[in-house]
Amino acid sequence: MIFGLPVISVAIWLPIIFGILVLATGDDKNASLARLLALVGSLLGFAVTLPLYTGFNTTTSAMQFVELHDWIARFNIHYHLGVDGISMLFVLLNSFFTVIVVIAGWRVIEKRVSQYMAAFLVMSGIVNGVFAALDSILFYVFWEAMLIPMFIIIGVWGGPNRIYATMKFFLYTLLGSLLMLVALIYLYNLTGGSFSILDFQKVAIPMNAQILIFIAFFFAFAVKVPMFPVHTWLPDAHVEAPTGGSVILAAIMLKVGAYGFLRFSMPITPDASHKLAGIMIALSLIAIIYIGLVALMQSDMKKLVAYSSISHMGFVTLGLFIFNAYGMEGALLQMLSHGFVAGALFLCIGVLYDRMHSRKIADYGGVVNKMPVFAAFFMLFAMANSGLPGTSAFVGEFMVLMGTIRVNFWYAFAAATTLIFGAAYTLWMYKRVIFGAVTNSHVGELTDINAREILILALLTIFVLGMGVYPLPFGEILHASVNDLLVHVAQSKLPL
Amino acid sequence: MNIQNYYLIVPFAPLLGAIIAGLFGRALGRRTTHRIVIALVGLSLFSAIRIFQDVMAGHLFNGPVYTWLNSGDTSFQVGFLIDRLTATMMLVVTSVSLMVHIYTIGYMEEDEGYQRFFSYISLFTFSMLMLVMSNNFMQLFFGWEAVGLVSYLLIGFWYTRPTAIYANLKAFLVNRVGDFGFLLGIGLVLKVFGTLDYAAVFANVANHANDIAPIPGMSVNLLTAICILLFIGAMGKSAQFPLHVWLPDSMEGPTPISALIHAATMVTAGIFMVARMSPVFELSDAALSFVMVIGAITALFMGFLGIIQNDIKRVIAYSTLSQLGYMTVALGASAYPVAIFHLMTHAFFKALLFLAAGSVIIGMHHDQDIRNMGGLRKYMPITWITSLIGSLALIGTPFFSGFYSKDSIIEAVGRSHLAGSGFAYFSVVACVFITAFYSFRMYFLVFHGKERFGGHHDHQEDHADEEVAADHHHGLAPGQKPHESPWVVTLPLVLLAIPSVVIGYIAIGPMLFGGYFKDAIYIAQNHEVMRELQEEFHGSFAMAVHAFSSLPLWLAVAGVVISGYFYLMRPDIPAALQKRFHGIYVLLDNKYYFDRFNDWFFAGGARMLSRFLGDAGDKFLIDGLVVNGSAGLVGRFSGVVRRFQTGYIYHYAFTMIVGVFVLLSIRNWF
Repeated sequence: MIFGLPVISVAIWLPIIFGILVLATGDDKNASLARLLALVGSLLGFAVTLPLYTGFNTTTSAMQFVELHDWIARFNIHYHLGVDGISMLFVLLNSFFTVIVVIAGWRVIEKRVSQYMAAFLVMSGIVNGVFAALDSILFYVFWEAMLIPMFIIIGVWGGPNRIYATMKFFLYTLLGSLLMLVALIYLYNLTGGSFSILDFQKVAIPMNAQILIFIAFFFAFAVKVPMFPVHTWLPDAHVEAPTGGSVILAAIMLKVGAYGFLRFSMPITPDASHKLAGIMIALSLIAIIYIGLVALMQSDMKKLVAYSSISHMGFVTLGLFIFNAYGMEGALLQMLSHGFVAGALFLCIGVLYDRMHSRKIADYGGVVNKMPVFAAFFMLFAMANSGLPGTSAFVGEFMVLMGTIRVNFWYAFAAATTLIFGAAYTLWMYKRVIFGAVTNSHVGELTDINAREILILALLTIFVLGMGVYPLPFGEILHASVNDLLVHVAQSKLPL
Repeated sequence: MNIQNYYLIVPFAPLLGAIIAGLFGRALGRRTTHRIVIALVGLSLFSAIRIFQDVMAGHLFNGPVYTWLNSGDTSFQVGFLIDRLTATMMLVVTSVSLMVHIYTIGYMEEDEGYQRFFSYISLFTFSMLMLVMSNNFMQLFFGWEAVGLVSYLLIGFWYTRPTAIYANLKAFLVNRVGDFGFLLGIGLVLKVFGTLDYAAVFANVANHANDIAPIPGMSVNLLTAICILLFIGAMGKSAQFPLHVWLPDSMEGPTPISALIHAATMVTAGIFMVARMSPVFELSDAALSFVMVIGAITALFMGFLGIIQNDIKRVIAYSTLSQLGYMTVALGASAYPVAIFHLMTHAFFKALLFLAAGSVIIGMHHDQDIRNMGGLRKYMPITWITSLIGSLALIGTPFFSGFYSKDSIIEAVGRSHLAGSGFAYFSVVACVFITAFYSFRMYFLVFHGKERFGGHHDHQEDHADEEVAADHHHGLAPGQKPHESPWVVTLPLVLLAIPSVVIGYIAIGPMLFGGYFKDAIYIAQNHEVMRELQEEFHGSFAMAVHAFSSLPLWLAVAGVVISGYFYLMRPDIPAALQKRFHGIYVLLDNKYYFDRFNDWFFAGGARMLSRFLGDAGDKFLIDGLVVNGSAGLVGRFSGVVRRFQTGYIYHYAFTMIVGVFVLLSIRNWF
């Protein structure tokens, strides 16, 4: 409780209220007020999530900070919120990144500042709702609502081809979520009139129904992850999105898909999950290898990092569907780490884009001569993207690989190729952009990053290195919930 | 002070130095930065000596520093294992590192990246120490990759040179291929033993000696599989055939790091790792054979390449590859102490040779082509004498350090009975001649004979790289003479020359035959090489005397004499041979076409596959056919449906009636 208010509700509604306030500042005459309000809102939004961490009980797998109120009594729908070890860290991650994107957009966004800032604040609250909702309809509302701010962010502040990208993004994800709604209603009937996710997890379901439910959920979540072959919206969306949009897309939105598998698919349909695990593993391995290869020849930096994201998310889904503790904790740690690393990489590309207005690798070369401080940060994040030990990215990849080899040596063999491909596409890009002599006069005029940009990148550096060197605190939060989930997934839910 | 505090000081003092130099180097200025960094590395060396004394007094340590992560029932820890193997490595690493730090003051004097360079080499020292001090596989892998990172940064130190940034990317990726195997090996260890702690794995390893590896579709012995996978990592890091390709190119980095990283320490990480894993390797003869054959191939074939190099650093680089092959062969013969012994002597004399080469390069104003040198002994006396000492040690002159370690390797391989030991023995013996030949070819061309510098640089076009960064490759102007380097450069040469001469004589008895490594190295009962060597060893002096009646010494003498004859007296002979055996020369000049093949097959193939998958998969199949195709389909369908929206009531009524009729009939049928 903060000032007598429930923590999670504050974490959801405070950013949204601030978003509305920011919007109320009106047009760009009041831009500086809008920026200031947005910064205060995002900082407060992050501050109010901290009690979730400090007050978290790591010994239990039960939901914590639970809030339960009637919402639509007619259909037994509740305003039901709570977090466990799986979701809590993502609420913090999300609120943290809201601060980052507000600072990142500080000077860069000059048109419709209030709307831009408001969109991110509203988004932040909605995403917290996704991670904390325990009622499936509440979840669904947040889930769909999440699309709207992102749709606007890409559609208004995006690049030249933004309309195609937003439509693709919107239709892809909408199609997936409609199937999920069908599954939710079916489960409502099955439980005898409850929309509670926790009730869904207890109810016995016959195999063919489980498989259909699994498939319905699969489309909703796989699109968001995104898994091969429903991934093609992501590179387009990233390329067209403004820097802040890309950061939130990579750091936060991709995580809700994997979170959906953890919260819905696996505990509600454990038998189907086991039965279809082979397909999930195959799709994950394709994502790791195929997408890793595709990333190699991208000529657009953002597209390259977008493909790299898909490849890294392949590790997440692989870790989930091998059903052991290494894999699942590795997957969750990989989700967190990918937030920091991919977010940081998009910010780095944003730094370059703000100066050169190009994302083409070929337009760069020799940036280090003009921006040595920036090059050092970029190097660190590039190495993290290659999974170097000592950075956060290593923790998840290492654990998933260790878990995978328990299941099948050859799965691990295929997944471990990321050591080579990941380094190849990331460092090759780095080489062409940063190293070498100054290639053209535009690069020659570059100025190194300013204090604001250093602040953002330094904050992310702390997390990337801190989590890489000492992941234990993160792991401890996941521990109880992951173990409990593994026990549940191991038990059949077929009716006797 | 508690000895455990020293354990922490050894790696973390250099790390602190790296952080200070990296973050505040510019603010502190050059002089303050190098003073702080060198003081911290000196502190690290001092602590390493204290620990060494403590370990020799019998105080071992194996314990955690902190818990990295708990998952399932497994606890991953960061911890130290301090035994005699570790203590020896710590001494080698910190002492060579200190020499290189001091040398850097002189070598990098004019470089803009002065503080950055200090930051990197201190970071390297930290990483290497974490690697050797680890008590578990996870931390080993951390150190393993971290030294790879610093190597990458240092090879590409002069980042405006296209060759440097090509070489560092290549080095990193080739190493990653090795690490790919290494990580899978670690995975198998964790799967089978349930822990990554060395002690726990080694205690349990005998129980799994006859297990089949859990690799579907293959029936390989478990330990053989683990050892070979781990050794693939060593092949990357220690540049063994066929993953050796990165090391010659790594010479693009500044010379101090060629000495520190690419000769003395990092490249020996693989040798150290196998010695550390001796309890596992000892239980798999197949893996040992594999190790020995790979080492023998590397020793022999990389030695050949040394003969035709004209870049002073590349000659030494191929010599390093060849010597690493020697160490690997010793590992395969179960002569782990001999491998570590050679690692140590090699660290000193090869660091000496590289630093001396660096001194020559300074004297020659960054001209590295030995064809442009000659007669330097007059101008650079200290560099000359120390180079001679280093070369004599390298070719195995009796009483010099290299003699004791190399001769022991040859003797050990001769006594091995594993498959492949015959070939390995032939390789290491033949390579004695080759080593002597290319070492003294370089020595004679650089320090003796006619003075060829100051003229037109006819040979420059051979090395396309040299014209690019003019500031580092300008060479001597006509009439200009080379001069001896400042004391910060020559002092490390002298300090390294001392152990290059004496350390073999002093250390061979206690280190190889005094039970020096105790439990740090395990040798199975049926591998009797070390015991046989011990029986024949009657003191350092006797061993050197005995060498005069053995083949290798006379091969070495032949190598020196022939190279002297060829390059000092009859330079027309090698030129004629080069013409006569043109085919072989071209093969060697192209380094057996490995680079070409890798560029064409792996790099080119990956790019082609990437382009194909991107175009055919993502753009054509998924986006073209499925996504945009289905959008088009919906569009066409809606075009048809739109015709029903006529606005006439009777059309709608008719449709409704048809609909009701259809629905009713479906209901009746089921």
